[in-house]
Parts: sequence; structure tokens; C-alpha cells
Amino acid sequence: MMTPVYKKGGANMNNVMAIINNALDESFLDKLTGHRSLASVPFGARYRLIDFPLSNLVNSGVTNVGLLLQTKYRSLMDHIGFGKAWDLDRKRNGLFILPPAHIYQANRAYKGDLQNFASNIDYIKRSNQEYVIIGSPNIVANIDYRDAFKYHVENENDITIIYRELDVFRRDTTYTVINTDDNDRIIDMKVDPKKNFYKKISLQRYIMKKELLLDIIDDCISKGEWDFVKNAIIGNLDNLKVYGYPFHSYAAVINSINGYYKSNLELLKPNVWQDLFLKNGPIFTKPKDEAPTAYKNGVNARNILAANGCSIKGEVKNSVLFRGVKVHPGAVIKNSVIMQKSEIGANAYLENVILDKGVQITSNKSLKGDTNLPMIIAKNTIV
Amino acid sequence: MPKEEMVAMLLAGGKGTRLGVLTNNIAKPAVPFGAEYRLIDFPLSNCTNSGITTVGVLTQYKPLVLNSYIGSGSSWDLDRHNGGVTVLPPYVKEGGGSWYKGTADAIYQNIEFLDIYDPEYVLVLSGDHIYKMDYAEMLNYHKEKNAEITIGVLEVPWKETHRFGIMNTNQDQKIIEFQEKPENAKNNLASMGIYIFNWEYLRKYLIEEAEENDDSAGDFGHNIIPKMMADNLNFYAYTFEGYWKDVGTIESYWQAHMDLLGEEPELELQDRNWIIYSVNPNRPPQYLSEDAVVDNSMINKGTQIMGTVKNSVLFFGVKVAQDAVVEDSVILPNTRINSGAKIKNSIVGRNVIVEKNSKIGIEKEKEASDELKISVIGDNEVIPEASSIKAGMVVG
Repeated sequence: MMTPVYKKGGANMNNVMAIINNALDESFLDKLTGHRSLASVPFGARYRLIDFPLSNLVNSGVTNVGLLLQTKYRSLMDHIGFGKAWDLDRKRNGLFILPPAHIYQANRAYKGDLQNFASNIDYIKRSNQEYVIIGSPNIVANIDYRDAFKYHVENENDITIIYRELDVFRRDTTYTVINTDDNDRIIDMKVDPKKNFYKKISLQRYIMKKELLLDIIDDCISKGEWDFVKNAIIGNLDNLKVYGYPFHSYAAVINSINGYYKSNLELLKPNVWQDLFLKNGPIFTKPKDEAPTAYKNGVNARNILAANGCSIKGEVKNSVLFRGVKVHPGAVIKNSVIMQKSEIGANAYLENVILDKGVQITSNKSLKGDTNLPMIIAKNTIV
Repeated sequence: MPKEEMVAMLLAGGKGTRLGVLTNNIAKPAVPFGAEYRLIDFPLSNCTNSGITTVGVLTQYKPLVLNSYIGSGSSWDLDRHNGGVTVLPPYVKEGGGSWYKGTADAIYQNIEFLDIYDPEYVLVLSGDHIYKMDYAEMLNYHKEKNAEITIGVLEVPWKETHRFGIMNTNQDQKIIEFQEKPENAKNNLASMGIYIFNWEYLRKYLIEEAEENDDSAGDFGHNIIPKMMADNLNFYAYTFEGYWKDVGTIESYWQAHMDLLGEEPELELQDRNWIIYSVNPNRPPQYLSEDAVVDNSMINKGTQIMGTVKNSVLFFGVKVAQDAVVEDSVILPNTRINSGAKIKNSIVGRNVIVEKNSKIGIEKEKEASDELKISVIGDNEVIPEASSIKAGMVVG
């Protein structure tokens, strides 16, 4: 539906702004977040984690998106630029970078992500949308927010949380779980409980009125509460109408190295990549103008996802190759995630490994991790 | 507007008649090439990589696809405050207007555009050649030689000289004679259709030709160059060493794709020092299934390979189902090849559906010679189940 930019109201998606919260603990990704934020961790052969929430918002018709930043955001900024790849380089609305202004008060310790919201409260106040979607980059899914938003408005919820019912929980991944009554009202919610699990997990997408968000932030901070999920959301389950909205398609929670590794390899299942890449609109990313991938004479590549710019001469199976990866003759790669510009020398053998960007594996080397504990080689390492 | 040293004028109005069904709905420079690109990406990327930031693109035949493809020029970094890329279709002037009669007339009709930038030099390019070339080096050469016109040339095999415009040069590379498709060539330096002119001279000759010769074909090769030659202007040949291909025919279009394959391709597209930019469609990564067999092929993102692909070039969005076989072929975007289908020595257009167990280019006509014949399927065709398109046939 066509709506003039100045007309905002009701359940139109141009009445919704979004904030992607990058002020999260990312230490669980170990070496992969040593030099980058969680949001810019490469995923799925040609994407970064941020591409998923950002593309979902844009595909749903949201045109005002703020990115809350905390640390190590150089690579994220490089990736996002002015938001052109997501069509967010707009004169009105568009992409807003929300840096952690509080870090300049060096004498005060970091208290929690509500501090990042508070540092950028002017942006939230000044945006002229009535509603806000808050999301985080550690959930990979292709979500259309339009139905959830319609439900939020029609059901007159205070807060709507998008959730997914899971059958399989990974032992080493942490979840934010919720319990609902028969009408999907959220009656309990826990962050990373060690026991008394629920089968429904929060996909960490929250819809609410902007005014409510401002009130909650003010309320929490004035009481010395600084955690968005635990204080702003869980702390208000009893006094606000907080409802869940079920999501039924593929969703991956990236909360551990193993979860990251398995989620990448899971993309090799056709139903998974179809859910993630082809439904609910495309996932956008920064274009790199890589030439198409060259499969050379004698290559043996099966069950792989590959980005452009690769040159493959060896054997690659059950693996995900990012842009510009070179695989020399006689090399064997199995069950691995190989990031941008890595080069695997002749007759090298890799199994269950994650190579970060620009890793060079010299000829005849052999590296093997475990199916449940992949070996990670840090960025630009020469092995 | 600040003065530009050199402005490029890219001739992109051609129909490309010899490419047959491939140019049914698009101008030749918009023809897809190399799994990812369109022909015009090569000269445009060469301009950007050479530091030329003002480019006029002269369009005429079926310009819609080309216009929307070029857009603001941002794909080639040509969205500039000053200059950048400007699409120049024919337009109506005070005294009426006319179509571009020929290559030179197209430039003549856009003298006003060039006067905005008041360049020293004008680089004239074709929109339908495949090559990577640094035009800045050619300009340096042009200045060194004190030339008024420099023509890009390359050495061709002597037996093929009759197909080209041949430049006869002296030892200093000065062009002393021009032979158009000669029976008995005196030299083997063929024109690549790349010219640097001193704008002052070119401007004068274009105006003279238009004003004095009503019947002029408005063509560089037939009208302007011979006249400049007769007036003894300084012509120099700039020899280009590297891969260059005019993909003007079905055979050369197919062959140029085969040249992208092999251990050391004649044209290396993965060279990050000379990136060929394109509009870069956003597609998911390419997927090769457990049963896929891929060998010596160039494959773009957004493809799904469940069958066999050998010695072929696949554009984005192509699907090759299980038990389908594609060999020695070029498959254009979003085409679906269903199971059991077999394709050899073919060019298959975009959005084609090749139904189950059909064959393209596998069977030969009776009494066919052994010579290689390329089958061509036009855009949006459906090849029915279990049918056979014989070698060399064209559908569309």
C-alpha cells in the first residue's frame, strides 16, 4: 500500500521505527569476536549477522532503523556504511548509528544495555513513529513483522514478543525462554535458566509503543536497573499486557561457538536455506563485486554453500565457503566454515574447523576439530 | 562545471543483429556476459579503473533495460557531483531532431554535452567488447606521441586480417594507411574501436561533416577518419596486449565464455586489481547438493546445482535439477533445467524452462558437417518434455 511519508498513523509499517541492540555480551564467540562485534560476525557464506535483522525490518516496510553500538564496531560500520545496501540511505528516516556516548564518562563502570538506550534517548524521542521494534543480531531468521505488528495493534498489547517453539535445545547454547497461557499472554520469562526450561524461546524481537519504551527506560534507570530484557521486559510482565507472537519458520540462536558452527552447517539443508534465504524477502548485504566462483578442472565439491570469488580445485564437502576462498589441488575440506579470503594449500586436510578471514593453511597441513567442538583459527593466521 | 581532461563517450545504441534472439528485447551492450555481468560493464569498469569519471552513454535501440541498468551509475562508482555517467539518447533541438545516423553523428549531436566539460581529449568506446584496459596509459601514449588521434589496435592472426579494419603503421607506430577489411593486408594491427581524439579537432570535423555533407552516414570509419587522414592529421596506433573480444556473433559470444574457463583463463575476472563492476544482483550463496558434479565451470550466486555441470558458465538464479547434464554451454539468469534434461554446446536465454528429459544441442541434423554448431534458446521459452532441439537450432 502506498502511504505518503508525512502521514503516519495506525497500523502502517511507516508508523514503526526499529532499534537493533548491539550492546550484548559477545564473548561466547571467543576468537571470532576478538576484533569485531557480534553483529558483524560472518554467517552463511556471504552475510554478517546484522544483515538478517536489518533486512527483515526493511522487507517489512520499516524505514527508520537505529543501531545501538557498544564495542569493536569498526568492522560493523565498514559493513553498514550509510545503509545503501538496505535502501536505508534516505533523506527522511533511514539508518542511524547510535554510538555509546556513556563511554566518555570513563570513571563510571558500564552498567547494562539500558545505558545505551539512555545515551541515545534523543534519537528515540525525535523519531516521529509511534511504535518501535527492538531486536538483536544474535538470532538468525527471516521474519516478516507485518502480521506480528497487526496482531500487536489489534490485540491492544503493551508489548509483543516474537517467539518460536523449539524441539531441540543445544546443550551449550543459552536461551531466553518464555511461558505463555492459552491466549499467548506471557506469564513467565527467564534468561538462560539452568533448570525449569520452557519449550518456547524468545526471538528477541519486541514490539511496543515508543512512549512506553521511553517510560520503561526512565522507570528502570531511576530505580537503578540497567538490563533491557531482565528489567525492562521481565520486570514488567505483571503490570503490562505482554503477549507472544509465534514464528514458525527457521530460526537459529547464535549464543555459542558450537551453535554458530552448527547453524552454518545447518544451512546446507535445502529446507533451511529456502526458509532463510527465499521466504519473506531477500537478505541484503554489502556488495563486493566479486567475480563468479570458478570450479577448476578436477574439483570435487558436494553439499556446499559458496559465495562468489572462490577458486576451487580440491575436494570440498559439507562446508560453507565465504567470498574469495582459494582451495588448491589435493586439499580436502570437510564439515568446515571457511571465511573470506582464506587460502587452503595443496594437499592440506581440514575437518570440523572454522577459519576466520584471511587464514592461510600451507601445503600438507592437517587440522581437525571435533563435531561438537570445532577448531577455530583466528583471523589472518598462517598455519 | 569544472573542466575535465578526458571525457569518455560510450557507443551503446547498437542492435547487435548478429546475436539474433539474444538481443530481441535489449540493446547489445545490455546482453548478459560472464555469469554476472552485462557487456557494458567492461568499458564502464575500465573507465572507473582508469580514473575517468565523466562518461556519456549514447543509447538508441531498445534502451529501457540499459537505462535502468545504468541507473545513477553508482554500481561503477560513477555517481558523481561533477560528471559521472550520463545517458544520452537522441533528442529534439531547435531545428527538429533525428536519430543517430552513425557513430560520429551520435557524438556530433551531443557536442553540447561535451562542451559542458570542455575536455582536452575525448575517448570513444564501444559498448560491446570484452577486455580489461587502462585508458590512462593510452592517454599518456597519445600525449607522448603528440598525436591528434590515437587508435587502439591489437595484433590479429594474418589469416583473419580480412575481418578487421587494418592499420598500416611506420616504425614509430604512426598510422600511414587505413584498410577496411582488406583482401591483402599489409599489416596485422586491427582497430579495436577505441579512439582518443583531441576534442578541438574532432569537434571541428564533426561540425564540418554535418554542415557540408547532407548524405553523410555520420560514421567514424567511413566519414570522419578518412577525412582526417586526408588532411594529414597525426594518427598513432596504440597496441593493446591482452585479451580482447568482439562478441558480435553467436559463435564468438559462446567462445568468449569458454575463454573464461580453464586453469589460466585468457580473461581473469577474479583479478581484484582490476575489478569488473556490475549491478550485482543480491542473491543467496550458490548451493551444490550431495549429488552435484561440477567441473571446470564458472558459477554465480543464487544458483542451485543438483545435477552435472561441465565446462559451462551459469548466471545467477539458474537451477540444474538432479540427473540434468549441462556441458559446454552458457545458461543465462533464472533458467530452470529439469531432471534428465541434457544440454550441450548451447546458449540458453533467461527465464527459460527446460522440461524433463529434453535435449538441446545433443542430436545432429542429418547430413550435418562435423563443424561445431551452437544451439540458442531465446528468453522465456519453454522447451517441452522429452523434446529435442538439434545442434545449431535457434528457438525464439
